[in-house]
Amino acid sequence: MFLDEVKIFFRHGRQFVPDVTKVELTPLFRGRPAISKGITVEDAAHAAALCPVRAILLSPFRIDLGVCVFCKECQFAFPEKIRFTNDYKIATNVRENLVITEGEDNPVLLDPEKVRKEIRSIFKHALKLRQVSAAGDNSAEMELNAAGNVNFDMGRYGIEFVASPRHADGVVITGPVSQNMSAALQICYDAIPDPKVVILAGTDAISGGIFQDSPALNREFIKAYHVDLFVPGNPPHPLTFINGVLEMIGRIKRNKTRHCKIDD
Amino acid sequence: MKSSRDFQNKNMEKRFTTITTNPGKVKLADIPLLDYSIFQSVVDEFLAVPSNHCLAYYAVPFQDYLKFIVCIGCDETHVIQVFSHHQPKTPTEIESLTQRHFPLHIFEREIHELYGIEFPGHPWLKPVRFPHDRFVVADDMDHYPFYSIDGEELHEVGVGPIHAGIIEPGYFRFICNGEKVLHLEIQLGYQHRGVERLFVEKPHLLQKAVLAESICGDTTIGHSLAYTGLTEVLGDINFSKRLLLERNIALELERIALHIGDTAALCTDIAYQFGQVVNEALRTIVINTMQTWCGNRFGKGLIRPGGSHYRLSPELCYTLTNNMKEVLERYLQVADRIFAMPSVLSRFEGTGRVTSKQAALIGVVGMAARSSGVRRDIRWSHPGSGFDQPEFSPLIFHKGDVWARAMLRKAEVGQSVAMILSMLGQLTGEEQTIPSFDIALQPDSFAISLTEGWRGEICHSAITNENGEIMHYKVKDPSFHNWMALALAVRDQEISDFPVCNKSFNLSYCGNDL
Repeated sequence: MFLDEVKIFFRHGRQFVPDVTKVELTPLFRGRPAISKGITVEDAAHAAALCPVRAILLSPFRIDLGVCVFCKECQFAFPEKIRFTNDYKIATNVRENLVITEGEDNPVLLDPEKVRKEIRSIFKHALKLRQVSAAGDNSAEMELNAAGNVNFDMGRYGIEFVASPRHADGVVITGPVSQNMSAALQICYDAIPDPKVVILAGTDAISGGIFQDSPALNREFIKAYHVDLFVPGNPPHPLTFINGVLEMIGRIKRNKTRHCKIDD
Repeated sequence: MKSSRDFQNKNMEKRFTTITTNPGKVKLADIPLLDYSIFQSVVDEFLAVPSNHCLAYYAVPFQDYLKFIVCIGCDETHVIQVFSHHQPKTPTEIESLTQRHFPLHIFEREIHELYGIEFPGHPWLKPVRFPHDRFVVADDMDHYPFYSIDGEELHEVGVGPIHAGIIEPGYFRFICNGEKVLHLEIQLGYQHRGVERLFVEKPHLLQKAVLAESICGDTTIGHSLAYTGLTEVLGDINFSKRLLLERNIALELERIALHIGDTAALCTDIAYQFGQVVNEALRTIVINTMQTWCGNRFGKGLIRPGGSHYRLSPELCYTLTNNMKEVLERYLQVADRIFAMPSVLSRFEGTGRVTSKQAALIGVVGMAARSSGVRRDIRWSHPGSGFDQPEFSPLIFHKGDVWARAMLRKAEVGQSVAMILSMLGQLTGEEQTIPSFDIALQPDSFAISLTEGWRGEICHSAITNENGEIMHYKVKDPSFHNWMALALAVRDQEISDFPVCNKSFNLSYCGNDL
């Protein structure tokens, strides 16, 4: 009996990702785009018209990852100009940093100066989060679950999702926030003790994504509160989320050369 | 699209039109318009046959009337029967069909909520999802008309809308006698995003494709296939057999990933951590295979009208074959272990039972139906142009308990792996077409598209106006039918068994709320 389980464990081998900062994702993974300089006005207008969510901004040509649904159709239309790289470290605390401009191929950075001081002094070694799905489509929710699974195991850094907002240090919101869910989201937020962190996971949460024009949404909550971390993606990859949170709480430091170090 | 008159009385006017393909279309004007009394009798006639079931029944607002369209799926003859009736837009009363055909209860509730139509005789015309465009705007989420029972020994337990884990919101109210659940009522609607309206308002086909992917992110492939099927049939687009095979490989890959993930979650809910971690790791392999194929772990971006950006190259086929064989071998090894454990079986067996009779009565679809002995599978009943596996036969379990739903998952993983390997063998070297977003849709038409997603039957239908623009879009996720099955499953169960019952169905909140 017990031997069976030992056999299965051996058959599966080691599953965990040893270092979440050094994973190379498959080349096709759609992460941070890189845009070549010199896209013509016509091509730019064409790309903007193709974009399903108005994530493409013009003069200069930019892609807003807070709105982008990572469908990559603009790359298929203009492969020599736009290229989605497999760089998954795209979470940041500054909304403007999610806007990728033509001619730049730099990582999306988090600004340590703008992280609230209490986040790093209190939550650096333990951060308990309450997740609220506010009309999320269940893909971002499944990826957040996966962030805690045997592969990604963010529990090793003291980051965990908890059942009660009373036990939580912050809220992770997925989904575009429906009118029908807005009151429950507010109640949950109010129940979390201060100081509290707000994390938006996924394009839907950051901007509404494909649902941004829907009359069934109520995004007052998002407008009313300071957001500590934007985690783009459709859905965000667990590694995007884990790296973003680790950087926010000051466990890893990154600069333009993409050097990463986990600080235990 | 030909009209069949087999069942029709030659002396009478045509009473229904028959769609013989899936996806299929018909001119809107060709859908017979019946008096409500005749409409009822035709519904009675069709639904008297147990292998027929109602795929969709909804109302479409026109200038000065509401057009009620019903689509009956005939499983044995593999066709879809469509007919309609009209009612004035001002609130009317029409006799409820639910008394005789219970599966229609949810459709009539939806129509009532949107247009204020009264259905005398309906057992409970309660809200379905509190849509933003509901008829009575004053109805609000906080005042759902729950049933209650008075009694000194009874108490009520309310759970939600936010639950303990990372899952979607929904509200459950139990009426309990001690630990025993007498009644569960489920209030949904928290996830409502106005999906159907956005399908009409967003003009570009790419926007609609992205929207279809987001109806229900865990069923990205299932809903995307239903949408693209609809677009392609309305646009008279032909595509290669290779594309068809690749799409069906994606559909089965999604089924495998979700079934393995659910096996893990069932283990979580009975505190069997070993089964949980091993299955989670196996699911990771499956969804990472999807990511290697198309760059997204859920298959977002893979399914597009008219073609695909992501061809299954020989190297990918090789990876897919190896991964499938590896995952199946390891999954069966751990699943055999799980289902041999007395402590697992004592929690699964006999828990959350939905009998075959109940399942047939309430019109359960998909894997929930198949684990209660009801043969309901679009891959078998309406394969049409969307599915090419002549030897396919649905797997059926009869006990209808958590064990049966877990075992069905185990069996279907094996079946889907075999299907993928077989389809990979059939892939030929045909050129892959690239997606097209400039497809002109047939004007004044009605189209319907069915897919067997991993939960069950997904039904999308659309109506185009005289300019070939979509003027009405209707989405039905299998959860729309199956939430009722969960409510019945927990009756007379311990309330502590609710999580494992819920997980054994793993129904969609956003698929219901839209």
